[in-house]
Amino acid sequence: MNVMSTVRYTKDHEYIRIEGDVGTVGISDYAQKQLGDIVFVELPAAGKVLKQGDEAAVVESVKAASEINAPVNGEVVESNSALEDNPALVNEDPEGGAWFLKLKVADSGQLDALMDAEAYAKFVEGLD
Amino acid sequence: MTDAAIESRGATFTGNRGLELEEPLLFEVGHPDKSGVDLAEPASFQSRLGGMERQSPIGLAGLSEPEAMRHYVRLSQKNYSIDSGLYPLGSCTMKHNPRLNEKMARLPGFADIHPLQPESTVQGALALMDLLSKWLIELTGTAAIALSPKAGAHGELCGMIAIKTAHAAHGRDRSVVLVPESAHGTNPATAALLGYDVRTIPARDDGRVSVSAVRNVLADDVVGLMLTNPNTCGLFEGEIVEIAEAIHEAGAYFYCDGANFNAIVGKARPGDLGIDAMHLNLHKTFSTPHGGGGPGSGPVVFSKALAPYAPLPRIVRDGDTYRLLETAASTGKEGAGEAFGRLTAFHGQMGMFVRAMSYMLSHGSDGLRQASEDAVLNANYVRASLKDLMSQPYGDQICMHEVLFDDQFLNDTGVTTLDFAKALIDEGYHPMTIYFPLVAHGAMLVEPTESESRASLDLFISTMRELCREALDGNQKKFQDAPVYTPRRRLDETQAARNPVLRWRDKTQAQAAE
Amino acid sequence: MRYLPHTEHDRRIMLDKIGVQSVDDLFATIPETVRMNDLADLPRHQGELEVERQLSSLAGQNVAAGSVPFFIGCGAYRHHVPSTVDHLIQRSEFLTSYTPYQPEISQGTLQCLFEFQTQVALLTGMDVANASMYDGSTACTEAILMAHRITKRDKAVISGGLHPHYRAVAETLSHFAESKLVTLPPDPDGQEDLTASIDNETSCVVVQFPNVYGAINDISDLAEAAHANGALLIAVVTEIISLGALRSPGELGADIVVCEGQSLGNGLNFGGPYVGLMSTRQKYVRQIPGRLCGETVDVDGRRGYVLTMSAREQHIRREKATSNICTNSGLCSLAFTIHLSLLGQAGLTRLAKLNHYRAVTLADRLSEIDGVELVTPSFFNEFTLRLPARAEQVVARLVVKNVLGGVPVSRLEPNFEEGENLLIVAATEVNSEDDCSAFADALAEVLQ
Repeated sequence: MNVMSTVRYTKDHEYIRIEGDVGTVGISDYAQKQLGDIVFVELPAAGKVLKQGDEAAVVESVKAASEINAPVNGEVVESNSALEDNPALVNEDPEGGAWFLKLKVADSGQLDALMDAEAYAKFVEGLD
Repeated sequence: MTDAAIESRGATFTGNRGLELEEPLLFEVGHPDKSGVDLAEPASFQSRLGGMERQSPIGLAGLSEPEAMRHYVRLSQKNYSIDSGLYPLGSCTMKHNPRLNEKMARLPGFADIHPLQPESTVQGALALMDLLSKWLIELTGTAAIALSPKAGAHGELCGMIAIKTAHAAHGRDRSVVLVPESAHGTNPATAALLGYDVRTIPARDDGRVSVSAVRNVLADDVVGLMLTNPNTCGLFEGEIVEIAEAIHEAGAYFYCDGANFNAIVGKARPGDLGIDAMHLNLHKTFSTPHGGGGPGSGPVVFSKALAPYAPLPRIVRDGDTYRLLETAASTGKEGAGEAFGRLTAFHGQMGMFVRAMSYMLSHGSDGLRQASEDAVLNANYVRASLKDLMSQPYGDQICMHEVLFDDQFLNDTGVTTLDFAKALIDEGYHPMTIYFPLVAHGAMLVEPTESESRASLDLFISTMRELCREALDGNQKKFQDAPVYTPRRRLDETQAARNPVLRWRDKTQAQAAE
Repeated sequence: MRYLPHTEHDRRIMLDKIGVQSVDDLFATIPETVRMNDLADLPRHQGELEVERQLSSLAGQNVAAGSVPFFIGCGAYRHHVPSTVDHLIQRSEFLTSYTPYQPEISQGTLQCLFEFQTQVALLTGMDVANASMYDGSTACTEAILMAHRITKRDKAVISGGLHPHYRAVAETLSHFAESKLVTLPPDPDGQEDLTASIDNETSCVVVQFPNVYGAINDISDLAEAAHANGALLIAVVTEIISLGALRSPGELGADIVVCEGQSLGNGLNFGGPYVGLMSTRQKYVRQIPGRLCGETVDVDGRRGYVLTMSAREQHIRREKATSNICTNSGLCSLAFTIHLSLLGQAGLTRLAKLNHYRAVTLADRLSEIDGVELVTPSFFNEFTLRLPARAEQVVARLVVKNVLGGVPVSRLEPNFEEGENLLIVAATEVNSEDDCSAFADALAEVLQ
């Protein structure tokens, strides 16, 4: 798994990678495997203000659809339009090029409650 | 002929294989100037279309009558159907569709009457709707009925709106609908449509909802409970009477999804079980044809508590005359009560009412009861004959009209529920319902219905046993390649969803659209 | 019982295999207090002959449209359906199959749906259509919900020319789903100014084309006004044959088109089953409710069809689904498709012209009668007359003369007092010259 130390994970398998006050949000490699072939991604507009747990994006596979929730409070500064044209990217490079959105983090304190890579790896292990 | 012999012959010139015939799209075989209908040319006249005359060609293809006949007959031959074989699609109730019902629905006195004809010219139609109402109310032990909902999910909406109206009438502001985790997806979707939050109730280890689980989540914010009974695992909810009492004590209402009523017709009446509203799928229990996915029909029966809020239109009897209460202006008049409004134009699926009535008159009270008993007998016969090889998520217990298996018996075989279903297709069967209900892992829900003879069931059971053995013997390739004897093999659903092509375009149009 | 294959011997063997004494043991989970010991209080089973006798007697108490001069429309129309249509839809493989969840053995139904979607898109002038809805009225309400999802607003503006039943369905749902509805008063004269009701909170404007009174208005200005405010235009068509003669709603700027498709392939059936059509622009395709059939290939690379984009639907999305709808109107959509492929472009155009011709000549004829005035200057196959008497009474007196002569506006709009004398009259290709003469003569007599 391609995991960097500045990354935090939620129990719903979103990750947020922190650089300065901006967090890049996507779904973990484990999540993309669970969903199967991704066929559609719906992304938020820049400027949208989200609270932790709010629906930020939607991802659909052939047989399932799920919401990508904001891991922390923040404002959407950019979303990855490459996914709209090529949703298969999520299967190919979920924790790299297939990020969903960038959030200007409003409350970095919320990050502390999320899992780091090691804790997430253990959490996922416990699910199988 | 052996597979090798077929292989060595290669593809045929036409792409056809004997009786299996390829057929292009209508737009590839037809032509805009062709027509299979002869119509007189009107005399010349001044049109009055207000300057809105169509300016450009529509682009529709036409066929002569023989071409149309061949096109659609060839297409029909690519479908499996109840008339050709066992169709054990759990929860869908694919029983025999008697042709008498079709004949009755086509009587001009039913098929060729307009919904807005004067009441005096449609007394027989209103009498039929009244008769159907009486039968359904009697069979369900309820107080009132709304015939107009167009299908099961529409009926759910009808029932839940009546519940919302009743709470409003009593000045109660509530927001939460209880839904068991095994429920049909339409239940939470309906609750959400009405702005309600959904609170999920877990099932017990035996696949049922307990009254204590209901009590645990009951509070004064609860609108009602939506429960399917028999439930989607094919089990009767044994604590239903106590559950209904608990719901009523909390000032809430009990909505029952009647999708599986076919298991208990003539054996128990939902009204006696304490339900307040329930839709009946006429296309399941009363055998109106499924028609490749509709039309359905979903009348809703109501308890006394909800009866005043049943929607428009309503039929009332005035001496020897039937009248139709159609608009809100008639609300307040005798018989209209506090109707919550209208759910559809006109009066519902009359064509389905006639078919269902024909089905019920044919069966009678004795035949309806026997049909339920045979449906339950058949499902249990399948269960008893497969229980040693297949796994059941809630242990081996008597089921109602359908039996639920999970994919535990396929563990380590490399064969999935989907593969197993596809292998069944090669054996000449329509597969059971798969991956529903979601509570069972790799679910396979088998509903043989009362229409199957013992010989038919025995062959099905032998086939299932043989497939189980092959899966356990490690013959996974056979399953993964299946089906091979069908007009098309497995289709690429990922491609279909990633780049949706939802209509035909001619090549120049297609390029322009890109 | 002719539908049940088991003999008592079969049942005994099966019970033994299951390991129970009697069939009642299979129902033991039903609490004893509520189990029925006796048969329901209803008649016993009957043979075909007896059932046929009983139902035919009820059918015989109705006046079939084909048996008298018949001029009723308002959302359901009597047309001639070619014999081929009914034969084909009664084929076992179409009639007795289910939703095509197993595409390998459902290519027939799926290809028909693909053809249907294409026909609907072409007719309405839109990019994509779904695999049908229950009927026009429920499709109309679903279109409003769809517009709310797209615009993220919740106010719909409803034209006074929309079929009152359609409006009532939308009112029910918006009331209980807690969204806003602005409804304009009944508009037989086509004088309403819908644009004045559109503001930047409006999600959609719903307008019928031609409207319930039969009138044809150019809806392109309305489309512009809606778009200028970030709202969508929903065009409703209840007489699909009209699109053989009229510019398509898509051409006129509609964003969502919903239609009642009954006129093609489907009989009157006292109001159902019918078939709702829904089409939209490519950019809104992910928000369209209901089933969609899409083209793809199988593992051997051969073209085939599947139900697609089902992740939006209730069986997966549950409370987050685009709609609670589960079924479409399969067999009715098949009848629609077969009838339309028999007509083709040439046939539909001719049929539309014939309908218009019939209505124009009838309107002229009826408005020659003393005191009768044509309210709708432009129309397709349906128009509204102002009578010198209450329309409801006139219709009742026409029944005595064996003529079914239209729909009194008061039946649909009981609170619209100015509408008491208005009568909506439809004429189609099934009406002969003799029918029209009989109607004109009867109306003149009744009004004397």
